[in-house]
Amino acid sequence: MDQEGKNGAGKNGAGEDGTITVRAASGEAARTGSVVENPWRRLRRFTDARIGLGRAGTSLPTREHLEFQLAHARARDAVHLPLDIDRLTAAMAKAPRIGELGDPVRLRSAVADRSEYLRRPDLGERLDEASKTALGTISAEGGIAIVIADGLSSFAIQENAVPFLSAFLDLWDREGLDLAIAPPVVVEQARVAIGDAVGEALKAKASIVLIGERPGLSSPDSLGIYFTWAPASGLTDSRRNCISNIRPAGLSFEEAARRTLYLLKEAAKIETSGVKLKDRSVAPEIGSDEREQSFLTGGRSDE
Amino acid sequence: MTGAFRNVVGDKTYRFDDLRTLMAKATPARSGDRLAGLSAENAEERAVAQITLADVPLKRFLEDLLIPYEDDEVTRLIVDGHDPDAFAPVASKTVGEFREWLLSDAADEAALARLRPGLTPEMVAAVSKIMRNQDLILVARKCRVVTKFRNTIGLEGRFSTRIQPNHPTDDVNGIAASILDGLLYGAGDAVIGINPATDNVQQAGRLSRMMAEIIDRYEIPTQSCVLTHVTNTLECIEAGAPVDLVFQSVGGTEATNSSFGFTLADLAEARDAALSLKRGTVGDNVMYFETGQGSSLSAEAHHGVDQQTCEARAYAVARHFDPLLVNTVVGFIGPEYLFDGHQIIRAGLEDHFCGKLLGVPMGCDVCYTNHAEADQNDMDNLMTLLGAAGCTFMMGIPGSDDIMLNYQTTSFHDALYLRKILGLKPAPEFDDWLRRMAIFRSGSGFSLFEGLPDGFSRSLEAVPEEA
Repeated sequence: MDQEGKNGAGKNGAGEDGTITVRAASGEAARTGSVVENPWRRLRRFTDARIGLGRAGTSLPTREHLEFQLAHARARDAVHLPLDIDRLTAAMAKAPRIGELGDPVRLRSAVADRSEYLRRPDLGERLDEASKTALGTISAEGGIAIVIADGLSSFAIQENAVPFLSAFLDLWDREGLDLAIAPPVVVEQARVAIGDAVGEALKAKASIVLIGERPGLSSPDSLGIYFTWAPASGLTDSRRNCISNIRPAGLSFEEAARRTLYLLKEAAKIETSGVKLKDRSVAPEIGSDEREQSFLTGGRSDE
Repeated sequence: MTGAFRNVVGDKTYRFDDLRTLMAKATPARSGDRLAGLSAENAEERAVAQITLADVPLKRFLEDLLIPYEDDEVTRLIVDGHDPDAFAPVASKTVGEFREWLLSDAADEAALARLRPGLTPEMVAAVSKIMRNQDLILVARKCRVVTKFRNTIGLEGRFSTRIQPNHPTDDVNGIAASILDGLLYGAGDAVIGINPATDNVQQAGRLSRMMAEIIDRYEIPTQSCVLTHVTNTLECIEAGAPVDLVFQSVGGTEATNSSFGFTLADLAEARDAALSLKRGTVGDNVMYFETGQGSSLSAEAHHGVDQQTCEARAYAVARHFDPLLVNTVVGFIGPEYLFDGHQIIRAGLEDHFCGKLLGVPMGCDVCYTNHAEADQNDMDNLMTLLGAAGCTFMMGIPGSDDIMLNYQTTSFHDALYLRKILGLKPAPEFDDWLRRMAIFRSGSGFSLFEGLPDGFSRSLEAVPEEA
């Protein structure tokens, strides 16, 4: 999709604001006021990269400069926006299949605030004292713990946690395992490894962590899934499997749900997760001798 | 020679248990050292540590090793490779006196080049800790490191850029679109280097072939690189892929490199393999390394050594393999290591200074993530300072937005800004090509032609108007 379209601004070449675009003769570029436009901008059909921005002198045109500032502002807000936990739990209660799991348990990590969260990843991996007590009210013994963590983008959780969970539970009802799913746990100011602390406390067989990923300029709403079989405090990344970039413009909720269930079933067979669990749910890679030519080198077989 | 350091300031006695502790506490403030529990308790302790460090003789770094010789192959590389004759001119100096010598007119380009084999990364890190930003810029500017493959990088008055045409699914047309955008803005003389989204041998081979075809077809005096693991690149070479440069992320301790999955022997093997292809035309620097403060702490492999000293040790690894390019990816790691624009700018200048003083062709990924307290203005500041310091190269990406790695780095437009304000030209072979292709206008300055150069218009015309 075109970056500008996504951000709600106008298309290349202006027009609606009254400026006139003059296209010069072949080989010459178009100019709009002081801006030299780039005829290769139409290659954006191949990429979301900000190619063909045009230039004022050799600097960014005003519109492109300000569009970038808007995208950065959105990504920054996604990092610092607190999770609206009331709104999230209300949405979870309203989603029929999620509501059946039981009331979400609300927890906090040992981090005091966002600034400390950013400086102290270790504290974001641990529960505070009140949360450890609160966790005593439920159990996931022999079953699955679902842990929702704000991570670096509460926006991703706010937008995408409920649709993903709904898709996953739909699939689970049709093709799942004979395992209980505990009431979901929502943790504020949490890092990925919080799933180990929660999973261990609940004596869960597996934990599924939904977490807001580091936001990019073009993807402030990206949700990640981290899956761990036999979660326990002190595990490293090598015991986790990750599914990334879950969002409407990225990996679909249905596909993410399918891969999560795949990981769960494979882990149940080998009773572990992480590097020993190879994700073969993704299509195999392109063969080593395949030649694929880009538009830059295609169509010159005569040489 | 080991032991604690004491310094009495007023009625207070400061004690630093050992050289490693003194180095850490003398380091300008940054979040990573705090996270590791190594930083000074407060600003006064830091200042006192710097005063104490200034009185430490440089010789002591040869005897009081921060990471033991028997535990770490990087330490062994540093100690075994040290040249006492080259060290002689500064052998009697303290850290503080070394700073003054570096700033003096005696330390000219030739003297600094002769000194390199006599310096260890720990000496270089130590002196950087007591230097202001302007000192780091002034001394780095006097260091000249020239490397060659298909062009000549690092000459006086030159500044190069890497085209970083990343794409979230490695789509060949998406990658080619970003490469074309970069070339038409005059970028790409350092390298055309892709971070693959799918990181395996097959993909690395496919991307190497794709870039080699573009370089051949348009006769571009530059080189390509797929930033995949060194063992993948070795397999690519064995399978016959057209590999120009071997990439690897390197750290300053053996344990860091072990967490990256390689040893120094692996780097040597891959370098030999790349040399055997003889793909360079004007030189044979075939390695591309990336580094960054915080990698050792992140891998729990820092041995209680501060992150900036670990980083300087990574340059000793790099220098051993005669790289074409070394890139410190300064703002990528995140705010738990470098919290904000202030810390990122300081670290970028330190890294560039330490690299150049040790003799590596130092460039910088002037960058930040969206969870760091930094913005485009901080990047403008850092790239301008690095340009003044004679930085070898920086990244170039369409509109600063890496849509695969989700962070912001410098753009093709940014490089042209630096060229204009500082009068910096690309590598000479590439500069000639840009003029031949009618991308840059002939004559002085850096004005671009407005239209699409004939050499590229046929390829673009072959792309239909609408999808």
